[in-house]
Amino acid sequence: MAYIVEMLHITKDFPGIRANDDISLQIEEGSIHALLGENGAGKSTLMSILFGLYQPDSGTIRVRGKEVKISDPNVATALGIGMVHQHFKLVHNFTVTENIILGMEPRKGVTIDIRSAERKVEEISKLYGLAVDPRAKIEDISVGMQQRVEILKMLYRDAEILIFDEPTAVLTPQEIHELMHIMRRLVQEGKTILLITHKLKEIKEVADVCTVLRRGKLVGTVPVADTNEEKMAEMMVGRQVNFHVEKNPARPGPELLRIESLNVKNSKGVLGVKNLSLSVRGGEVLGICGIDGNGQTELVYAITGLQKAESGRIFLRDKEITHLSIKERSDLGLGHIPEDRQKHGLILDFTLGENFVVHNYYRKPFANFGILNQKQILENANRLIREFDVRSGQGAFTPARSMSGGNQQKAIVAREIDRSPDVFIVVQPTRGLDVGAIEYIHKRIIEERDKGKAILLVSLELDEIMDVSDRIAVIYNGEIVGIVDARETNENELGLMMSGALRKHQPAAAGAMA
Amino acid sequence: MTKRKEKIVLPLIAVFLGFILGSLIVILTGRSPLAMYAAIVKGFSGIDIMYGQPLNSRYIGEFIIQSMPIILTGLAFAFAQRTGLFSIGAEGQLMVGSLAATAVALLVRAPKVIHLPMVMLAAILAGALWGAIPGLLKAKFRVHEVVVTIMMNYIALHLNNFTILNIFGSVDRVKTAPFPETALLKSPFLESITRNSRLNWGFIPVIIALLIFSFIINKTTFGYSLRAVGYNKEAARYAGMKVDRNIISSMAIAGAFAGLAGAVITVGTFNFGRALPAAEGYGFDGIAVALVGGNEASGILLAGMLFGGLKAAQPLMQSQGIPREIAGIIQASIVLFVAMKYGIKMVLDRFEKKQAPTTEGDRV
Repeated sequence: MAYIVEMLHITKDFPGIRANDDISLQIEEGSIHALLGENGAGKSTLMSILFGLYQPDSGTIRVRGKEVKISDPNVATALGIGMVHQHFKLVHNFTVTENIILGMEPRKGVTIDIRSAERKVEEISKLYGLAVDPRAKIEDISVGMQQRVEILKMLYRDAEILIFDEPTAVLTPQEIHELMHIMRRLVQEGKTILLITHKLKEIKEVADVCTVLRRGKLVGTVPVADTNEEKMAEMMVGRQVNFHVEKNPARPGPELLRIESLNVKNSKGVLGVKNLSLSVRGGEVLGICGIDGNGQTELVYAITGLQKAESGRIFLRDKEITHLSIKERSDLGLGHIPEDRQKHGLILDFTLGENFVVHNYYRKPFANFGILNQKQILENANRLIREFDVRSGQGAFTPARSMSGGNQQKAIVAREIDRSPDVFIVVQPTRGLDVGAIEYIHKRIIEERDKGKAILLVSLELDEIMDVSDRIAVIYNGEIVGIVDARETNENELGLMMSGALRKHQPAAAGAMA
Repeated sequence: MTKRKEKIVLPLIAVFLGFILGSLIVILTGRSPLAMYAAIVKGFSGIDIMYGQPLNSRYIGEFIIQSMPIILTGLAFAFAQRTGLFSIGAEGQLMVGSLAATAVALLVRAPKVIHLPMVMLAAILAGALWGAIPGLLKAKFRVHEVVVTIMMNYIALHLNNFTILNIFGSVDRVKTAPFPETALLKSPFLESITRNSRLNWGFIPVIIALLIFSFIINKTTFGYSLRAVGYNKEAARYAGMKVDRNIISSMAIAGAFAGLAGAVITVGTFNFGRALPAAEGYGFDGIAVALVGGNEASGILLAGMLFGGLKAAQPLMQSQGIPREIAGIIQASIVLFVAMKYGIKMVLDRFEKKQAPTTEGDRV
């Protein structure tokens, strides 16, 4: 059997944590090999070793049967290994072609030969069905297209082994579907794909073989055809996982959040939210679903105070909060899990412990007369780390920057749920998390609901919206095009509404539903 | 390497490399670097290796005098930096501090226990006000603090000269009438134990300033929110912190440190107000001190003393036939090497890896 890549007995230590412990991985040429594991299981570390970003402490790597030492990414590129990172590395005001040739520009005399580069990019794009315009500027194209530019970048450099680091985390359902198609096409053309993910559905859909890691150790490698999602989840988490949120029917109480004819401008200066009205009652989860960029961000910013509303009114219980400061809203009982964890959610250069008290650092028990109480801050951190299973090398003293994306997310969710706000704006709470963590966070959100809190859940994951919400409001082009009962709708109906093809209003639903 | 270790090792390496580079330049000019080091040792301690003179406390006093103001301007730069601001304004804040100290020293008549604290306080407040202006412009109108602080430095210089020459009056167009004894930090006792150096009580406010800096930044909720704004303004805003107010307060406090430096010079080193032909460079020295000291109080203290000693050594180098500018070159190259810390770290990491026992995997 021809293995194109073999990683044998790889071990890698970081301060306080063994990220990879004697892991072996063999990848067949021309296959899609999935690498599955929880957040912090060591998937990204292993792939970074293969790509030359880290050096293993021990173990050997063979590429096409030959032992190699991959000391930096240039060596990896020369070996035909390419990587699409979770966060794209593109220059936004450059064109697609300029980005692709960056670092290996073809020259004609002293000038860059952009024409021939464009032609080559177009050829590759056609061959693999990527449909990318080589002359478009990065800032003008969608996230899904940007990802294809990253793929093109690898192909332009003649990569044979393509590593995808959680490629679907940033994509819409439609884009995910297209990506799966592209991956199959790449394999048909003889490429080998290594897919890092924790989404079981995707593995089942495209992968041939799946290797599972748990807490830095190898659990096993299985052919995908012989297994199912439940079995893979069990291997990954080490116990049986419940895919569906268990919850009792909602018992809505008094209305806690009301939005009246809200208008909010987006970053381009036009109305991103148009004349929007909503109402959320205590004891219910209202899900907002829609394709990314249809006004969700502006709506959330206006409610939480990160951005001013153009017009309209927002009420928390009976108090108007439209013109209050972020802090005043928060003091009135508004909580917010932000969409962008690195921009809003965390101060990356603070420690985990410091990040847990960003809202309350000046209050007792974390401070007395303006002086921080380090002991209380530490105790608080240790409690949250334990309760929410946040994994980090040095506990409360871990710099947030050094944590894996999933654990950063868990830290934010832990901090916000722990505050138990009356009105809870929850945006993409499980983005980048594995099934085990998702299950736990959904459970905690439902617990908050059952305590009588009003929860507004904004998510791009349709499954999450349908599972957790009691009512679902579909947002399209800044407007609510329909509010439906979560038990009575289906993916198809929501999909039609999300694309603006269907409007469905239950006139009474917004205000006084039982 | 851990973060903490890095913070100590990297500046030390930078200092070492700075001296190496300085030595090379001395060699290029055809002199002996040994003479330079002898001058530097003498600048710090008075010990003369070449002519066998013992420790002389006068030199110690003089190098501390040189260190005091740049430690304070270092604190000023570092404080603004911790809130994510790049303030070049310490020079001007120091001048208005000095001017305020002059005014109170000349115009008020009071016993020392009242007069001297008033002089210091006036300088602190003037510096704080001068710092608050760019802070306010940044917070309210998003005007970049670098531009505003540079301009404020010129305004401060000419405001100082205008006031000294036209309001307080000057016989020689350089200095005002001498201050009354009650306004001075001078101490016959300190002068006597340092063989008539200019050492004065100014080091006490400097030490207090160092402690206050460290206390505010590390221990208080105010310092916590300043650091939060400095690291990630958006996240601080999300958490409900008053970002704009923090920017203004941070600039004002930074200005207070620099204003205090003005008082320490004017009523400590000197005993009269001075009209200045140009900026004296305390502000820029402060930036260098803060950079080398890693924006931490302890680091700033050490870096300030190092650069103060180098300043004190300059005339001694001159007398050894070594251009005094070499001291400046050493100082500048230390800052450059600090700025190159990522490169130094890369070399160190590679070195460390080679030192580590090679495992099977490494020998592939």
